[in-house]
Amino acid sequence: MYSYIPHTEQETRAMLDAIGVKSLEDLFSDVKEAGCLLERPLDIEKGRSEEQTLDIIRGLAALNIKGVSFLGAGSYDHVIPSAVKSLSSLPAFSTAYTPYQPEISQGVLEAIFEYQSLICELTGMDVSNASLYDGASAAAEAASLAIADKRKSSRVVLSGTMHPFAIQCVKTWALGTGREVVVLPEKNGVNDYSSLESLLDDSAAAFIAQSPNRYGYLEDFTGVADLVHSRKCLFAISSDPLSLAMQKSQAEWGADIAFGDTQVLGIPMGFGGPYCGYMAVRQDLMRKIPGRIVGQTVDTEGRRAFVLTLQAREQHIKRERATSNICSNEALCSLTNVIYASLLGWEGLKEASSQSYSKAHYLAAGLKELGYCAGAGLAPFWCEFPVVFKSPEKLEEFTEEMKRNGIFSGVKLSRITLDRKDDSTLLVAVTEKRTREQLDRYLAIAKREAR
Amino acid sequence: MSKVIEGLKYSKDHEWVKVDGTDATVGITDHAQDALGEIVYVELPEVDSQFAAGDDIADIESVKAASEIITPIGGTVSEVNSELDDSPELVNEDCYKNFVYKMRDIEVPSDLMDAKGYEAYLATLK
Amino acid sequence: MMDEFAPDMIIEPLLVEKAVAGRRGYLFPALDVPAAPALDSRYARTGSARLPEASELDTVRHFSRLSTMAYGVDYGFYPLGSCTMKYNPKVNEEAASLDGFASVHPLQDEDTVQGSLALMYRTIEDLSELVGMKWGTLQGCAGAHGEYTGLKTIRTYFLHRNEMNRNKILIPVSAHGTNPASASMNGFEVVQVASDERGLVDIEDLKSKLDETVAGIMLTNPNTLGLFEKDIRKIASLVHEAGGLLYYDGANFNALMGMARPGDMGFDVVHLNLHKTFSTPHGGGGPGSGPVLVKEELVPYLPQPDIVFHKSTGRYAFKWNPKTSCGKVSGFWGNFLVIVRAYTYILCMGSDGLKAASQHAVLNANYMQAALRKVFPVAYDGLCKHEFVLTLEAMKEETGVSALDLAKGLVDMGIHPPTMYFPMIVHEALMFEPTESESKDTLDHACEAMKSLKETAYSDPEALHNAPCTAVITRVDEVRAAKSPVVRY
Ligand SMILES: Cc1ncc(COP(=O)(O)O)c(C=O)c1O
Repeated sequence: MYSYIPHTEQETRAMLDAIGVKSLEDLFSDVKEAGCLLERPLDIEKGRSEEQTLDIIRGLAALNIKGVSFLGAGSYDHVIPSAVKSLSSLPAFSTAYTPYQPEISQGVLEAIFEYQSLICELTGMDVSNASLYDGASAAAEAASLAIADKRKSSRVVLSGTMHPFAIQCVKTWALGTGREVVVLPEKNGVNDYSSLESLLDDSAAAFIAQSPNRYGYLEDFTGVADLVHSRKCLFAISSDPLSLAMQKSQAEWGADIAFGDTQVLGIPMGFGGPYCGYMAVRQDLMRKIPGRIVGQTVDTEGRRAFVLTLQAREQHIKRERATSNICSNEALCSLTNVIYASLLGWEGLKEASSQSYSKAHYLAAGLKELGYCAGAGLAPFWCEFPVVFKSPEKLEEFTEEMKRNGIFSGVKLSRITLDRKDDSTLLVAVTEKRTREQLDRYLAIAKREAR
Repeated sequence: MSKVIEGLKYSKDHEWVKVDGTDATVGITDHAQDALGEIVYVELPEVDSQFAAGDDIADIESVKAASEIITPIGGTVSEVNSELDDSPELVNEDCYKNFVYKMRDIEVPSDLMDAKGYEAYLATLK
Repeated sequence: MMDEFAPDMIIEPLLVEKAVAGRRGYLFPALDVPAAPALDSRYARTGSARLPEASELDTVRHFSRLSTMAYGVDYGFYPLGSCTMKYNPKVNEEAASLDGFASVHPLQDEDTVQGSLALMYRTIEDLSELVGMKWGTLQGCAGAHGEYTGLKTIRTYFLHRNEMNRNKILIPVSAHGTNPASASMNGFEVVQVASDERGLVDIEDLKSKLDETVAGIMLTNPNTLGLFEKDIRKIASLVHEAGGLLYYDGANFNALMGMARPGDMGFDVVHLNLHKTFSTPHGGGGPGSGPVLVKEELVPYLPQPDIVFHKSTGRYAFKWNPKTSCGKVSGFWGNFLVIVRAYTYILCMGSDGLKAASQHAVLNANYMQAALRKVFPVAYDGLCKHEFVLTLEAMKEETGVSALDLAKGLVDMGIHPPTMYFPMIVHEALMFEPTESESKDTLDHACEAMKSLKETAYSDPEALHNAPCTAVITRVDEVRAAKSPVVRY
């Protein structure tokens, strides 16, 4: 007997007889005839009991060290209410496949419909899909959408202040395909728009930007939508969805495409995944948006029902003509998001957002007072800001001392830009979860280090 | 049997063309609408945009299928049937009356079929 | 935006429809630092958002009730072909919930995440051994994302070899839709390869399409009909001779663990679906994980960062390869907590258990096929692997009852329908993949159900046109949903 295989020996025997073969091996006679049978055991250890397995797994988990986290750069330590995990792990949700059979999937479909509505409400857009893989890959999907929308286009313009990993994702998407990615320069940590018009040449399909940007600064998009639209291009903005409880939504800035990552809405940091990408668009792009969409309809009795819809966009129908290949998405993560947002409500989201903002500003002000160069840009920030040290060594001393005190003090900017010149900049993120006591401890250690 | 109308020209991609001097009207054939099933959406081209014969010019979708309309003629789009925006099912109801777009300054390739030729072509698809 | 429905026409109201102004489901402690000055109005949001206003209990009841209107593997038989709906062991969930994994930030210093790095490294090692490849990446977030990643790796390989003339990917007509879609996302032209009368790749057709413009061929083996490509070695040598590469869509790898390896068959790139073969839950449509494993020549072109092990220090580390790597395909390192579940499964099953899983998956499929062959024709009969496809074309013609109708009839018998109308080369197709998780009595019950549904089709077709009748709703109007879409409240 093996774990998770219910067959008794007698049953296996009876089944082999019914099929008319002698042994399990005989079921692979075609593989053997093809000369493909593996004639040796795999070089993987033999199976274990559940308890032996857990011992190993717990041992690995114990090698990871936790600290009070001021880390951000795309993943944040926000509060997750207990009900979120308990509801999202209900087995009818977690062990279901994509809701292809609406009659027995109304629960999953209605939850996705609520998720789509949540994303539309936060971004101000008209239509949201049911999720994408994550925020960075969603940037490439936004680029794809734009290229598909504008005939004979091949270029997308990316803001140079986007998360470097998202920029990498878009560059990878373009690599070897004839599509072109150009990057708009920055100035003082935010976009420098002076060359945008010329970069948006006739081959361009979109300008894609992010706010809060890679440094945590908020971008000022005043007038950008008009400029981009005058070049017959689409304007896409990636935003942390929790920041949208305070800052202007993508719709308020006049964007055509809103996207980003919903990790901040109840999803654990989990060493980087699974997270969840969101994407929402204006009405007229509804039939271009990638991924699944749930719509409302009625059953034969006239009852309200939900169903996967607008499928003619998708790979299983359009095949090589589909603009995206996405099939499975991040459904359980989007369910997590909608449970989280339901518990908090709009007031709760505003509170999580503004407490993160106030606490980040408290810490930044405290650091400044100690003589640190914190959040020195001209633009405002929300819950994350850069601290520039005199040298990489100084930064190293600071973060090591913090670590000795159980504090993960920030992400070294060069960890994401992969650029040595960023070795002396630390990105510090503060969420509503950090307490006054933790902030003051951070400042106390910073004070010792400042001497 | 799919309905085929005399006096029109037909393409292998199942579009019909009604030529009128340098202008023409284009739609999809009965065979095409039947294969698609209930049509839920037609994406129309922009008026004044130019296409060459063989370009994909519009999209037509049912619940379970999506198809491109390959323009059988070249030219400049002079009019689109915007009724289809709200009532795409008109194409199912009468695909020869409910055209998709019209063109001016057209170029008509020589390999388009007449009704007889198209009927014969349909028979080969069976 | 949403239409009005009478209360008795609504099964479960949206939570927002029950909102009570001011009600809250979660309370934060009061702000314990001075409130920062308000955001400059230039940046500040003016609009609000309409979200539920519900207590914790309201929320718990809403989602608990929704969960009673869903169907998962934990509830019953789920023979959804090509999806490998095997049991998702509970120990996997315990592993992924460990605080040491769930609460770790992706950009912590590497010396504080040695456990995560070791787990990822060992997962790549084991998966490489299973499929006969050199090394891989875990960045892909699902099967289709793995395809995109694997093809991008191929694209980059040819770019570095100055062979950008290789612009075509060959794909059999029976392939899953993601295959051609992934190829065109990577800028490849898709060329279809015909199937022969056995449902396998038509070698003559393949030969006629191979030339110096071909970058490779994408196959799944066993194919989407559940048949092993007997000529795979021949196919491999033909493609390799023409200078192309072979891509293996691992959606069907549950048929072959420990029995055969794509690498030995001649494939160069493989993606696996941890949410199929490696028992991680589907989550109602994700998150999955689509690792990509490749032969040695392709390793430099995989996404970055790579994970390396330094023998001298016993430490694991990330390594960025900007010179050759194709770049990044997702935000961080992949769907880590899904990978934890899969690794837990691999540890628990071991080499012997994984092999037994595939053997019993194939046993179950052949057993069901043998029983159902007496009821409906098998589309391409013979020894199958982990799945098989029935065609209900004759029944449809004789009774008007379609594969869809029959599938809906299964719902009333407590069984999740098999995959319908796929692959596209089979008319009125129903594709069954029982997986190794199911016992003989479950299979017997399902076969009996199919038999009695067929009888109903001939005696009372109307009953099946109206199925299901035991679910919370009856069939839905898909045309209405697509014609005038309402996709939000
Ligand atoms: C053969 C095959 N390839 C690819 C996929 C796509 O996998 P995913 O949904 O994980 O992206 C599937 C999924 O059903 C499949 O069956």
